[in-house]
Amino acid sequence: MVKLSLPQEEYVVGGHVGCLGCGAVLAMRYLLKGLGPRTILSIPACCWAVLTGSYPRAYLNVPFVNTAFESTGASIAGIRAALDIRGVEDVTVVGFAGDGGTADIGLQALSGMLERGDNAIYVMYDNEAYMNTGTQRSGSTPLGAWTTTTPVGGAGRGKEQPKKDMMGIILAHRVPYAATASVAFPEDLVRKARKAREIAGPTFLHIFSPCPPGWRFSSEKSVEIARLAVDAKVFPLYEVEEGTYRINRNPRKPIPVSDYMSLQERFGHLTKKMMELFQAEVDRNWEMLLRMVEITEEKPLWG
Amino acid sequence: MTGEHFMKGDEALVEGSIAAGCRFYAGYPITPSSEIAERMAWRMPLVGGDYIQIEDEMGSLAAVIGASCAGAKAMTATSGPGFSLMMEHIGLAIMLEAPCVVVDIQRGGPSTGLPTLMSQGDMMQARWGSHGDYEMVAYAPGTVQEMFDFAIKAFNTAERFRVPVLVMGDQIVGQMTARLVIPSEEEIEVSYRPLPDVPPEEYSPADVSRLVPPMVLPGEGYGLHMTALTHDEFGYPETSASRQESLVPRLIRKIKENEQDIVEYEERLLDDAEVGLVVYGSMKGPGWEAVQAARKEGIKAGILRLITPWPFPREPVERLSERVAAILVAEVNMGQMVHSVREYARCPVHHLGHPGGRIFHPDEILRALRKVIT
Repeated sequence: MVKLSLPQEEYVVGGHVGCLGCGAVLAMRYLLKGLGPRTILSIPACCWAVLTGSYPRAYLNVPFVNTAFESTGASIAGIRAALDIRGVEDVTVVGFAGDGGTADIGLQALSGMLERGDNAIYVMYDNEAYMNTGTQRSGSTPLGAWTTTTPVGGAGRGKEQPKKDMMGIILAHRVPYAATASVAFPEDLVRKARKAREIAGPTFLHIFSPCPPGWRFSSEKSVEIARLAVDAKVFPLYEVEEGTYRINRNPRKPIPVSDYMSLQERFGHLTKKMMELFQAEVDRNWEMLLRMVEITEEKPLWG
Repeated sequence: MTGEHFMKGDEALVEGSIAAGCRFYAGYPITPSSEIAERMAWRMPLVGGDYIQIEDEMGSLAAVIGASCAGAKAMTATSGPGFSLMMEHIGLAIMLEAPCVVVDIQRGGPSTGLPTLMSQGDMMQARWGSHGDYEMVAYAPGTVQEMFDFAIKAFNTAERFRVPVLVMGDQIVGQMTARLVIPSEEEIEVSYRPLPDVPPEEYSPADVSRLVPPMVLPGEGYGLHMTALTHDEFGYPETSASRQESLVPRLIRKIKENEQDIVEYEERLLDDAEVGLVVYGSMKGPGWEAVQAARKEGIKAGILRLITPWPFPREPVERLSERVAAILVAEVNMGQMVHSVREYARCPVHHLGHPGGRIFHPDEILRALRKVIT
């Protein structure tokens, strides 16, 4: 019998209205297992703004406040300030936003929060497009992917730009802790959530959250696809603590990106040449990550 | 695209805009307007235009104004929350005199409200949402065909007067699918902003001697300096009450003095009417059905439909109020355009309102008409 080290308590209880196989639901479930009940969530417009469903199906056992699309970082700054004023010290404040709400419209408020050093965790659950409005591209949509605003056919060939490097942007703020995590690796995710909770100051978690309808794959494959993304180095698991980079899963037998992409219809139109371009981008990013680990092994970049 | 189509209102609006010469779209996804962005992403590259998805709605309108100043006919579309974010740039477009079109496919508010359900709750924001004094032009389409037709009107008015023009649709007219007839290119009248008729050395970008000064493309030798600050006739900032007194009133007069030309409305069965129904946008259909049903019952009802809620058709409302015993304003908000009707009407004005989420059934309007008449 495999013994899991995940906490048994559930703060995401039955009754959500997410799609079958929703990665974002798993992301929240594992995050709250790590953070526990003394947590306040601020969530902007995104799938998660509606996933709780209507009463009595509402299924989140922690306080939830909705904020405007562009303002998650500012919202959690205000929540933390009020807790400080009231002398409440044992509550974790979390901004939980999608990739559009983080990498695009919410970037300004997020940067402000990081620069000020507000004591809160910012979580970007990344399903790589605006899924709540029906799959429009975001800054976090990967190169080549089909979305409704990066059409395929006519003059369109899918998204022409690579995915925005959010970790890079976050780390430019010299934050004490930032990490990537994946719904395929819950123990790693829970550990990172706990670590972020223990650190005073702004911390960031980037959680990879597959979306069956948006990426066009069969709903039982969510975890498999998330795992393939890590093993194909498309979405490496790593953390940066006080300027020191650490890779959390170094695939011994890396697989080609095509193994990951071929399961998803959003990449169905890609030619061999475009696949090679994608592979080259993934290799380049991985190479850069290895170099950051090497550079910071001896001496942290900050902290 | 000339011919008959079966199309969503949002998509018809895209085709109307392209027919009017729009070649740049910048936008941000938001229900129930996203179909506009999606079709623009597909269509713009095919007609030699450009589509950009921007990082938020402030950026959307900023990019549109940029494109307009650089010579392209440009537009964006959004819904309530995004419309709120665009307010500062509406004022910028007014001040820069940058022609552009902004489409608001209204949904229930405040805030996120009802993303997938209709309302007409942004009508006053459309008029007054940006700070400072200005006039606004807004069209309110009521059918899929009008989404096409009014998009053309909006572009033509924007270009003629160098102003931002709004198309105030809503979730119902945006997402309903119906017949659309696209006329041939020759049948579609298309305007372009006034261009300078003088050599570069005599050109002034904000010539106060003309209500609508000519506009140039950068790089053609004409000096170009456009500022959001109160500016002199050369387009350079001048912080003074006297400059404000010459600039702002002119920006207002561009619309005020051409109101007869811009204002549009539709009157039906008003000749012998004893009660007048005032509607706009998607309420056109239920309103007309209610009036017909009232007539069958012997209630002498007629309808005034505002095609341009802004500038407000005050003369038709004044005329109507002199003819009927009472007016009923039926709109899907808790009371917005009714205030303007009351401002100009000389008879009692009643209101039938709803906070949004659904459109009125003709029977509800009929019941309200019966009540008004007694």
